[in-house]
Amino acid sequence: MDYGHSEQPAGTVTLPTAIKILVAGGFGAGKTTLVGAVSETRPLRTEEVLTESGVGIDDLAGVETKRTTTVAMDFGRITISDDLVLYLFGTPGQDRFWFVWDELALGAIGAVVLADTRRLADCFPSIDYFEERGTPFLVAVNCFDGARQYRLDEVQTALNLDPEVPVLLCDARQRDSAKEVLITLVEHAMKLREARRNAQ
Amino acid sequence: MAVQGDSTDHQWVDDHAGPVVRPYAVTGGRARPVTGTFDLISLVTAVRQDVSPEVGLGPEHLAIVGLCQRVQSVAEIAAHLDLPLGTVRVLLGDLVSRNLVRIHEPHISDHSIFEAVIHGLRAL
Repeated sequence: MDYGHSEQPAGTVTLPTAIKILVAGGFGAGKTTLVGAVSETRPLRTEEVLTESGVGIDDLAGVETKRTTTVAMDFGRITISDDLVLYLFGTPGQDRFWFVWDELALGAIGAVVLADTRRLADCFPSIDYFEERGTPFLVAVNCFDGARQYRLDEVQTALNLDPEVPVLLCDARQRDSAKEVLITLVEHAMKLREARRNAQ
Repeated sequence: MAVQGDSTDHQWVDDHAGPVVRPYAVTGGRARPVTGTFDLISLVTAVRQDVSPEVGLGPEHLAIVGLCQRVQSVAEIAAHLDLPLGTVRVLLGDLVSRNLVRIHEPHISDHSIFEAVIHGLRAL
């Protein structure tokens, strides 16, 4: 078969391997900004439509007629090589959609938890989730203009993190900064994986 | 007047109007694919370059085959076609059962993949 014109011809034997990293954090912490800073395309949006039965306990007072809920996820793509593609998924901000998180976290190599020091508590649910699940994660403190600067060990203490969890500063708008966050995460995930393997 | 009426109709069918066809209509009312689970990052590639319309295939099926001439993830297909993930999974099940697309499920990464990602990110 002749597919000479396409870059990745259809129907050939080898397909790339896809891997994913999650980007979590509270509303407005900069998840989509970070995804957009490193993605080779503008962030794409995909939606899961949930029926009422799929949604957990929820206050639907006044919206009794609501039958479906749409959970949107923004994501980006980085083609590492011909046989490796990295996807970055922003987790849905609504913390009640845990089963969407479960789907996202399945097989993910790790997660970035973006923290805004003005609303540090917003990232607690994400940290709890990844700790409980055993997903490797780090905390990246997004440096917003006008936000008071804290020392990283202060953030570590405030979030009650294991000392091994990396905490770093970042500017989610800057490509190099976002890259550094991802590299640190993958290095951390690799280290944890080795440690777990040795412990077996 | 008839012409004016037409243009008014079209005004309602922009991006903000939402889908013109409800997601379940696209799948013929089916909520689950006939085969496969389709992870968000399962990669999909078309087996053939062209698929002629046949019974049981809708325009969305053909659009997926067209899109997957280049390797795409399930999430990308959903985003590009502006369809909910559940709908895309049903359509992909149809295409897999007709052997029109191939799926590459993501597998648990080994050590070399981590290193490749780190190197790849550094080189960006």
